[in-house]
Amino acid sequence: MKLDDVQRIAHLSRLELSQAEAELVLPQLQAIFSLVEEMQAVDTSNFTPLAHPILFLRDLAQPLRPDHVTEPNNREQNMQSAPAQQNGYFLVPRVIE
Amino acid sequence: MSWHLSSVAMLAKALEAKAVSSTELASHFLARIQAGGRWNAFLDVNPALTMEQAASADRIRADGKAGKLTGIPLAHKDVFVTRGWKSTAASKMLLDYQSPFDAAVVERLGMPSEQNPGGAGMVCLGKANMDEFAMGSSNENSAFGPVLNPWNPACVAGGSSGGSAAAVAAGLAPIATGTDTGGSIRQPAALCGLTGIKPSYGRVSRYGMIAYASSLDQAGPIGKTAEDCALLLSAMSHHDPRDSTSLADSGEDYGRYLNAAWDASASAAKPLTGLRVGLPIEFFSEGLADGVAKSVREGASQLQALGATLVEVSLPKTKLSIPVYYVLAPAEASSNLSRFDGVRYGHRTNEYRDLSEMYKKSRTEGFGSEVKRRILIGAYVLSHGYYDAYYLQAQRIRRIIAADFQTAFAQCDLILGPVTPDVAWKFGEKSNDPLQMYLADIYTLSTNLAGLPAMSVPCGFSQDLPIGMQLIGNYFSEARLLQVAHQYQQATDWHLRQPSEVL
Repeated sequence: MKLDDVQRIAHLSRLELSQAEAELVLPQLQAIFSLVEEMQAVDTSNFTPLAHPILFLRDLAQPLRPDHVTEPNNREQNMQSAPAQQNGYFLVPRVIE
Repeated sequence: MSWHLSSVAMLAKALEAKAVSSTELASHFLARIQAGGRWNAFLDVNPALTMEQAASADRIRADGKAGKLTGIPLAHKDVFVTRGWKSTAASKMLLDYQSPFDAAVVERLGMPSEQNPGGAGMVCLGKANMDEFAMGSSNENSAFGPVLNPWNPACVAGGSSGGSAAAVAAGLAPIATGTDTGGSIRQPAALCGLTGIKPSYGRVSRYGMIAYASSLDQAGPIGKTAEDCALLLSAMSHHDPRDSTSLADSGEDYGRYLNAAWDASASAAKPLTGLRVGLPIEFFSEGLADGVAKSVREGASQLQALGATLVEVSLPKTKLSIPVYYVLAPAEASSNLSRFDGVRYGHRTNEYRDLSEMYKKSRTEGFGSEVKRRILIGAYVLSHGYYDAYYLQAQRIRRIIAADFQTAFAQCDLILGPVTPDVAWKFGEKSNDPLQMYLADIYTLSTNLAGLPAMSVPCGFSQDLPIGMQLIGNYFSEARLLQVAHQYQQATDWHLRQPSEVL
C-alpha cells in the first residue's frame, strides 16, 4: 500500500485526508495489512465463502411477508430529526445534480 | 439501602415483597449516576422520563400484572435507538440525534403498551457510553470521552460496551445491555469483573441497533451474575420479522437449567458430572499474561471439582481470526456507514461548494479516527483487484474457523479459555497503535465469525484488576452456558467482589 492508495480509498470512502493525515495513517494500514497477508498462506480451495454465520449451520430462506401496510403514521416523531422542514416535509440539499 | 450492591434477582424479590418500589429504585440509581459522573459511563439521562416509567411499573405491579423484571432499572448501550433519550452511538455524526422509534431490544425490555404488549416493564436509566459506532476495545474511541474503570480509574473499562460495564461495576445500574461484534460484551465484562453473554447470532433482533458489521453484531446483557444475564436474555431474545436474520425459533427461558445437574449421573456435590470442558491449546500459548493464565486454569479446576472433566482441544486458526475479522468487519462497516452522508440526518458541514464536497466534509468532520481507519480498510478490501484476495479469502477462512469449532465440539460440550490476554490496561497504552489494540481481541473474535454463543465470567484478580474466564458453547446452547456459569458462581465468590469505591 502506498500514499496514492490511501488517497484513492479515502476518495472512495468520501473522506478527506490531508497529506499529513495520510502519512500518519499509511504505516498503520501497512502494519494491519502485513497481518492480513498471512491469510494468503491458507489453502481455501475446498471452502466456499461464508457470509452469514447461520448459513454454516443450515440453509435459510429469505423471509417474506404479505405486502400490506404495517407502519402507522408517525409524522411528528419522524420529523424530529429533519435538518429543516417546510410544509411538513424534510428539507435537504439537492442530491441530484 | 444499598440497592446498588444487589443482583437483579434480589431486586426482583424485593419489589415482589414490596420492600421497595420501582420509583424508589429509580431515584436511588439516578442519584448514583449523578454522583458517579467521574466514570463517564452515561451519555444521556432523562430523570423525568425515568421516573415516569418507574411510576408506570409501580402501577402495573399494583394491578397485579407485574412480570419478573417489572420495575427493575437498566442502562442501554447508546447503540440502541431510543425515544426520549438521544441516540448517538458515541459519535459526533449523531450528536443530539433523537430517534423516532425504539430499537427492538429497548421495546422488548421497556414498558408494556397496546403497541408493545410483550414489554418486560423495565425502567430505562439512560444511555451508556461506548466506542464510536462500537469500534474499539477500550472505550477511548468515544467522541464524548473515555470511560474509566471503576476498579482503577487510571485504566480502561474495555470496549466497545465500556459504559455499560462501568455503569454496572460502579453500581450506577443493576444491569445493562451491550452489543458484541468481536468481543464488545465479553471484554469489558472481563475487565470490569462482570458476567456478560453474547448469544448465538440471530437470537436477539438487530432492529434499531445502529449497525457496525451486520453479520457479526449481536446484542446481550452485562450484569453481576449468570442468573441476572439469564433473566435479561430471556426477555431480550425473540423472533422479530423486522430483522431478516432474527431466527424463527428464538425466545426461550435461558434460565431453565440454572439449578439443574448437568446430567442424570451427577450428584449434588458434583453437579457438573458428565460435562466435558475443552481447553484449546492455542488459547493458553504465548501472549497470555501469567496472572490471567493462572486464574483461568484455576477456574477450569473449579469446574473439575464440580464434576466436569477437562480435555485438550485445538482451534488451529485462532491467530488468523484477527486478520479475518479485521477484513470482514471493516468491509461491512464501510458499507453500513455509507448512510451517514449529511443529507437527511446527522452531522452536515457548514460550508460546501458541491455535493461531493458536502459528503466528504460532513463525513470527515463527523467520524473519529478509528471509524475512519476502519472505513478505509473496508473500502480497500472491497475495491477492484483486492476483493478476491482479501474479502472472499477472509470469508473462506471464516468457514474453516466455524468448522474447526465443530471438530472441537465433537470432543467437548463447551470450550473454556481467557477472554483477554491481560487485565485492563492504562489509558493511552495502545491507543496510538491500532494493531496492538486489534491483537488483544484474539480470544473473542472467532466466536463472532462462527456465530457461536460465548460468555465472560469473573474468575480472579491480577494487579488488583479483575480477570474474566470465557465459556464458549455450540449454537443455541446459551441455557447450558449459563447453567455452568451459575454453578461456578454458586461455588466461588469472584462475581460478588465489588470495587471499594462502590461499597
